[in-house]
Amino acid sequence: MCGIAGIIYRDGAQHPIGDEMTRMLQSMKHRGPDSTGYALYGSSPNGGLVMRYKLADANTPRDFDFEDRLRRHRFEVESRLSALGARIHEVEEETPYAFRVAFDFDGDLKLLTDFVEDIPEAEVLSLGRALEIVKDLGDAETVHEQYGLSKFNGTHAIGHVRMATESEVDIAGAHPYWAYPYSDVAVVHNGQLTNYFMWRRRLERAGRRFMSECDSEIIAVYLAQEMSGGATLEEAMHRSLDELDGVFTYIAVTKDELGVAKDELAAKPLVLYESDGLVALASEEIAIRAIVDHEIDTYDPYEREVLVWQQ
Amino acid sequence: MAAVGEQRITYDARGLAEPVAEVPKISEIDGQRARFDAKDLTTRTINLELRWLLYEQGVKEVEIDNPGSRHSLGVGILTRCKIRFNGSLGYFGCGLIDGPEIHITGRVGWSACENMMSGVVVVDGNAGSLTGAALRGGDLVVKGRVGARSGIDQKGGTIITLGSAGSMTGFMMQRGRIVICGDVGPGLGDSMYDGTIYVAGKVASLGIDCVPGEWTDADAELIERKFRIHGLGSPPELQKFVCGKVLYNYDKLEPSERKLVL
Repeated sequence: MCGIAGIIYRDGAQHPIGDEMTRMLQSMKHRGPDSTGYALYGSSPNGGLVMRYKLADANTPRDFDFEDRLRRHRFEVESRLSALGARIHEVEEETPYAFRVAFDFDGDLKLLTDFVEDIPEAEVLSLGRALEIVKDLGDAETVHEQYGLSKFNGTHAIGHVRMATESEVDIAGAHPYWAYPYSDVAVVHNGQLTNYFMWRRRLERAGRRFMSECDSEIIAVYLAQEMSGGATLEEAMHRSLDELDGVFTYIAVTKDELGVAKDELAAKPLVLYESDGLVALASEEIAIRAIVDHEIDTYDPYEREVLVWQQ
Repeated sequence: MAAVGEQRITYDARGLAEPVAEVPKISEIDGQRARFDAKDLTTRTINLELRWLLYEQGVKEVEIDNPGSRHSLGVGILTRCKIRFNGSLGYFGCGLIDGPEIHITGRVGWSACENMMSGVVVVDGNAGSLTGAALRGGDLVVKGRVGARSGIDQKGGTIITLGSAGSMTGFMMQRGRIVICGDVGPGLGDSMYDGTIYVAGKVASLGIDCVPGEWTDADAELIERKFRIHGLGSPPELQKFVCGKVLYNYDKLEPSERKLVL
């Protein structure tokens, strides 16, 4: 089933989106209790890059070498970043297996990501100047507390609660997906894609990498492919309606836009609330009501609609 | 204490169903009228309170403030009464009802009035997809727009929307009427067996075996009567669509009608 949600503020100011997205996702816990994920857009101090990566999962078996291996791999990530010329400002250990690194780097992000992911069990969850993806097993409040999201302020965010139907329950299978190697783009998806393998083979031949068996990862990688060819987010999303088969409602975000697309059957839900200062959308209105406390007018977009808002 | 006709839930693995909920008994009751604020209640306690009022306190008219778009409110009410929700409902609102007259001042989510047997439901705002799914009887009036697949599997009754409707409206409908005063999306009346769809605006495309029908005086009388009863003003000019009956032969009767025939 899965539940998706998004908020974007139009005033450009910083808002407590970590808390707000948590309230939205927690109210949709019944749509997916397996894992919860956030793509949050803040402003990184001094305009550098932020990378979120993980070296294991909450449910990875803990063998006798586990902690030692984590330490070695973590050291390896930092030394590889430095070897490529990145200047690391800060490393935060949010859980024993998931980390946040802030650094300056002017080179090729694909090369940097590939070099980091060459380390066994390393996966770059997000990379960008504003984007930070946080995802883990459990409901929204669990992940919120674990990763200290109450201190996260920003301009826009998307989130996802997952009921796994097609692939593993682990961090790699959780949404949002980062549009490797395109910085600051992320996607959450509710639905199933039926031409997954065709697109996966096609995109792999074009040099894209996949970290999971989850069909939703295709959307992020597809949008990255189109956008690196010069398309805007909106153009890429319009094309996806014809090129992706299956049922879907997905939300895609860049550093200053948030867009939503629905398939031609309007099979998956989406409720939309627009006001002068805020656009909020979610699989169920109850999620929007979790952050707006008065009576509101909302509507459900129709089939094949693509809507994009600027920050 | 469980309300009339309700089974106790004893096992709840996911922690969502509140097996130990009690009737909150917070309503202000004034003779046959009652009102309560649902702001601090849960879905289950709102429904318990509503059932307690209608089935045990002899209340005939209930007003509920702050429903807060919660799911499954006002379901399974099988008595004649008036209910007013001051606000919006989530999914499955007012499903499986038989008899009530319900007014919702906000909007409703997916599958509102699913399998409604009789009564009247008026929604001032918009409605989500699958509105009036498997409707059996009664009138469902949506003053805003409705989502996709409204009137799916409809088996009776009337759905009226003053706004537009999404794709596959009246999908596999078997009986009853759908009136759409705005535009309608692709696949109108796809695979319908019987029943009638009236559309005032543009039809994006007709579904399989849905064809324009011949307008009769009975159609005009029905539309005029429904609009008058619900105070919707004068009806717009409507096109009529029916089943082409190329694909299906359908002559099933409701159980009550079968008795009459026999």
